[in-house]
Amino acid sequence: MVSQTVSSWGNLARSSSVVYGLRSRYEAFPAIPAGATILPYGNGRSYGDSCLNPGGALLLTRSLDRFIAFDRDAGLITCEAGILLADILQLTVPAGWFLAVVPGTSAVTVGGAIANDVHGKNHHRAGTFGRHVRQFELLRSDGQQLTCSPETNPDFFGATIGGLGLTGLITCAQLQLRRIPGAGMDLEVIRFANLDEFFRLNEVSDQNFEYTVAWIDCLSRGRSLGRGLFQRANHSASPLGHAKVRIGHLAMPFMAPFSLVNTATLRLFNFLYYHRPGIRRRRREHFQSFFFPLDSVANWNRLYGPRGFYQYQCVIPEPAGPEATAQLLEKIARSGQGSFLAVLKQFGSLSSPGMLSFPRCGVTLALDFPNTGARIERLFTQLDEILAAAGGRLYPAKDARMPAELFRHAYPRWREFARYVDPACSSGFWRRMTQGEVVLNGAAPPTERA
Amino acid sequence: MSRILVIGATSAIAEATERLLAARGDALYLVARNEKMLAAIAADLTVRGSPRIATDSLDANDLSAHEAMLERAEGFLGGIDIALLAYGTLPDQKRCESSVELTVRELHTNAISVVALLIRLANRMQQRRAGIIAVISSVAGDRGRGSNYVYGSAKALVTAFLSGLRQRLRPCGVAVVTIKPGFVDTPMTAAFRKGVLWAKPERIGRGIVRALERKRSTVYLPWFWRPIMFVVRALPESVFMRLPL
Repeated sequence: MVSQTVSSWGNLARSSSVVYGLRSRYEAFPAIPAGATILPYGNGRSYGDSCLNPGGALLLTRSLDRFIAFDRDAGLITCEAGILLADILQLTVPAGWFLAVVPGTSAVTVGGAIANDVHGKNHHRAGTFGRHVRQFELLRSDGQQLTCSPETNPDFFGATIGGLGLTGLITCAQLQLRRIPGAGMDLEVIRFANLDEFFRLNEVSDQNFEYTVAWIDCLSRGRSLGRGLFQRANHSASPLGHAKVRIGHLAMPFMAPFSLVNTATLRLFNFLYYHRPGIRRRRREHFQSFFFPLDSVANWNRLYGPRGFYQYQCVIPEPAGPEATAQLLEKIARSGQGSFLAVLKQFGSLSSPGMLSFPRCGVTLALDFPNTGARIERLFTQLDEILAAAGGRLYPAKDARMPAELFRHAYPRWREFARYVDPACSSGFWRRMTQGEVVLNGAAPPTERA
Repeated sequence: MSRILVIGATSAIAEATERLLAARGDALYLVARNEKMLAAIAADLTVRGSPRIATDSLDANDLSAHEAMLERAEGFLGGIDIALLAYGTLPDQKRCESSVELTVRELHTNAISVVALLIRLANRMQQRRAGIIAVISSVAGDRGRGSNYVYGSAKALVTAFLSGLRQRLRPCGVAVVTIKPGFVDTPMTAAFRKGVLWAKPERIGRGIVRALERKRSTVYLPWFWRPIMFVVRALPESVFMRLPL
């Protein structure tokens, strides 16, 4: 048994956990002391405490990184769950296949992508990652191995997708890929002057572009509230050589002594970025720089200094979206806090397969905030109020602080979900969200054995 | 395309190396004890690009099984261009100190069985007058340390044996590559706290493939272990014996 200090991507808290490893998917679920808890831990890209289990154990999954099969005709990839999305793309892009959904970093494991039911810039077309999962194997702490798919053990399928690793260990999965002509993207960037323009642009773009997303200047106010740059793209039909998928060829080599993101640097960056030249030109770009611009800089999270940072990502359902987004942005701009990572995206109406999946039809706003202690918590409280009034919700994968009531209200299926939680599994996030409630983790017996 | 025999094919370093070999299109014959692991790795390497692959289950300590395994490997591959010996155990030094049986067993696994394989491999390659024999030894073999001298002395034997073999086989065009990794983050070392000197198996694998391409005689992986071990070896015994290593 080895104890390790672990932190998640937000660097907000370090916790010590006993870590267990697995050499292959055939190994038994590790035996932990009675009363102890364990949580599968992939590549640690969740921002808060949903991938941490302070005081409990972690089950490291990165060593489960083997391919099992690749059907080059049907575009089906079967692999172990600790493999990174980057590794899959490395293999499949030269063969003309792409993951149906990719998040903003390729440095996440397949298991993590399922457990957080991640989304991407094509949500309006493809929905979430979980929609393209054909099946997976779930290893429970009692030794049961469940094959889960929309047809087999559908309840465990729905609980595990977006289930934050709490239903057991995903050992391997089969994913449906999508055809692409090559590694290139045809990309357009359009400047928009305010939030109304964003929504107009989005409406006309969603029909003709598979990928849409906007960067916003979170400090602009008044008539230019919500101004930013709109990106829209499609996979390019003309060939572009397949460059290697690289993670972290540049690096932030050490923790910044204090957050380099503050009001002054932010104002400067946002102004320059908004006014950058070369806008409105159609151009060709490699998929990597389009989808994963930050993956080239290892440990960019150190920029925020030793106190770490929060991400606030919410989704606001129609029709409150535009109005509530404006209110959120107004509050944020007035506070002068935030970072250059501020993203706005309209989710489509395709339903998410997970009981706790975050995406739903509406507009999603994601912002990073340096951890300024009480100051930032005050802002969050104000944002939560707007969010709650609009019927919106926060993304557990990004969260380190949402009030439990907000979670329980916004994810009404959480009690149903709890019945599928593996009795040996828990996380900092799950304890935080269920504190003071009587929760019967793992009350549901599997309906069907694989 | 090279035809490669890997003994100890399920070790983390071996697997990392095999992935690179598979991606460049080599044919592989994988030997290890755990058949399920072998099957999982073989499937992975097939997806990654190896055109021909077979697995064989063997306990290296069963010296009488070596010849038949080599025969099967040569039969499948149609000749062995490269043989990589990558297996080993990390003995519990403390327990070895009070157990003759355990110490002898560890020396058998990490040294004697390797030598037995090397004798047979060397004679096969000598006849063909071509090939590369590569063995994962260790920086631990450069000098015995109080915390790890059973493992260290086994690896010292392997290193010395290889350097002699290299002299013998050089005129016949057979290269012998001694690979000396430092601290590697593998299941073998799962119980250790990791510091700055630790390397991932992927990095060691890249070093091994490079060493094979260049037919290097001795490589330290990562490279910084060469100067470190130079110093460690140069220390007078009167000083070294007092160090808490």
